[in-house]
Amino acid sequence: MASTSKKWVLGIVVLAFVVPLLKPIFPDAISDYRLFLVSTMIIASIAVLGLNLLTGFNGQFSLGHGAFYAVGAYTAAVLMDQLSVPYWATIPAAAIVCFIVGYLFGLPALKLEGHYLALATFALALAVPQILKYKWLEGLTGGVQGIVLNKPEVPFGLPLSEDQWLYYFCLVVMVILFWAAANMLNSRSGRAMMAIRDQYMAADTMGIDTALYKTVTFGISAAYTGIAGALSASAIAFVAPDSFNIFLSIKFLIGLVVGGIGSLTGSVIGGIFYVLVDNSAQALSQFVKNDLGLPFDLSAYTVFGVLLIAIIYLMPMGIAGGLFMAWRKIRGAR
Amino acid sequence: MEQFLQQIASGLANGAIYACVALALVMIYVSTDHINFAQGEMAMFSTYLSWQLMTWGLSFWAAFIVAVALSFVMGVVIERLILRPLHNAPVLSIIVVFIGLLAIFNSVAGAIWSYLIKEFPSPFPKSSFGIAGVIGPHQLGVVVVTLVVLGLLFVFFRYTPLGLAMRAAAQNPQMARLVGVRVDWMLALGWGLASSIGAVAGIMVAHIVYLDPNMMAGILLYAFASALVGGISNPAGAVAGGFIVGVLENMVAYAGNQIEKATGIYIIGNGEKLTVALIIVIFVLTVKPAGLFGRVVVKRV
Repeated sequence: MASTSKKWVLGIVVLAFVVPLLKPIFPDAISDYRLFLVSTMIIASIAVLGLNLLTGFNGQFSLGHGAFYAVGAYTAAVLMDQLSVPYWATIPAAAIVCFIVGYLFGLPALKLEGHYLALATFALALAVPQILKYKWLEGLTGGVQGIVLNKPEVPFGLPLSEDQWLYYFCLVVMVILFWAAANMLNSRSGRAMMAIRDQYMAADTMGIDTALYKTVTFGISAAYTGIAGALSASAIAFVAPDSFNIFLSIKFLIGLVVGGIGSLTGSVIGGIFYVLVDNSAQALSQFVKNDLGLPFDLSAYTVFGVLLIAIIYLMPMGIAGGLFMAWRKIRGAR
Repeated sequence: MEQFLQQIASGLANGAIYACVALALVMIYVSTDHINFAQGEMAMFSTYLSWQLMTWGLSFWAAFIVAVALSFVMGVVIERLILRPLHNAPVLSIIVVFIGLLAIFNSVAGAIWSYLIKEFPSPFPKSSFGIAGVIGPHQLGVVVVTLVVLGLLFVFFRYTPLGLAMRAAAQNPQMARLVGVRVDWMLALGWGLASSIGAVAGIMVAHIVYLDPNMMAGILLYAFASALVGGISNPAGAVAGGFIVGVLENMVAYAGNQIEKATGIYIIGNGEKLTVALIIVIFVLTVKPAGLFGRVVVKRV
């Protein structure tokens, strides 16, 4: 089982590396716009993976991961804007900053469980845009205006377009991060994380340092989401406080729930999914207006909200988990 | 000095709104142990309903009553249809459903009524209401209306058989069921009442913050802070917490203003209101989770 799924993953990764090179052959199918879209999906899956490490594998809820995404994005943006740090160097910097911020937020979170942690992180998500606009930070963050950046340039004179290069950059970061996460979850630390999720008291009694694991997991989770934020700052070449509102955190939650709580592959599916819905919202709205004749501007969030509730009812393991179960059933029936 | 009094008075007016929303949150929390993250958006939706009714020609108070009644129905329906089947679901599922409701209400309101900010009328006469220089007519009106609502609720829960049944269902569902209280309908009624109270808060505050789909986000956060300060399991505490937090909010902004005037250093002002609420929430949760008037919950292992 493990080796076949490993082959699948390897195959998909190789495919992901090769396909964009075919751009000159199929210029219509592999356009710059599509590559950019896939890049944002990659970024989204990293962010969802961050949330999944915390909620799915460690059992701590967060409705405020948009905050860490914002910290990552702003760290990257300020470094590029103020100190002209190259974009690739902002990724580890954002990871470190977000790890520290996440670790610090994890300390009070130790005392909270269930609804209360959700409440505290929800409050964090609501307050983020305001914190980013704080007057003392204005010199760095540009206040309401945000910061305009340059898109990453193609290095070494490689014959790639900007979007192609961005895609490869995001893909490499994603592969490294998922590989690291898979290894971590397969190790002693990963088992400790999941033991804390499943049976807190038993884990504590077994000698697992629950406080340390919970705070460090918070830090790592924040670092992952922060890296996604830093990548998005490079990709979009712009950061502004009001884009990091509560709905960003809700999108991560959508990714988590759709992909499946506690599933690595699920994080990818979740990330792809929310970007897709977000991007097709316009088309969806048109469809509802023109084809169904309803006088509404259907937004992506209606779809998100309905899906959140529907999935909790129908596929508690997420779409990935649900399909996997269905597949097993079909194979079992044969 | 006069400015100081003004700040306290407007703090009390805001506090009345927070108290209402906090009370709605507490009502749901006490009976089901759920924190309703969609409470603010539900109140916003009710406010839009009343606005719609007014544009169709109803007077303010007629629209008010119809909207509050519709909100009651909305609350009951949501409880029966969406939350009832998840009775024993894990906490995460419940939270996800609430977030789903939040997203639905927000986007549907935006779809129907657009995201453009609308003005909302005040029903209180400008001339004969309020105390000049201290509290404006609308602010005083808000305080009066919320106090009336709170008084009605108190009478309802304290002196009517239905109120008693609802309290029984919240406190000890099994025993209540044994003596013939229909516990699940009491929960639905609780949701309806919470939704109505939220509607009152929304309609009262819309004149101050203007009507738009995101109008309740900040208020919800302050309501959370109020409920926590007062103790999230205590309705009276939540009301007290609302007033405390309302005044505190204005005092912090006022103090920040004075410091800036005196020293020229900007520390805190109106722009940091949500941050202040965040700090209150995290502070109370970590330092005194039971709040000022709440019960300390001891968990048996």
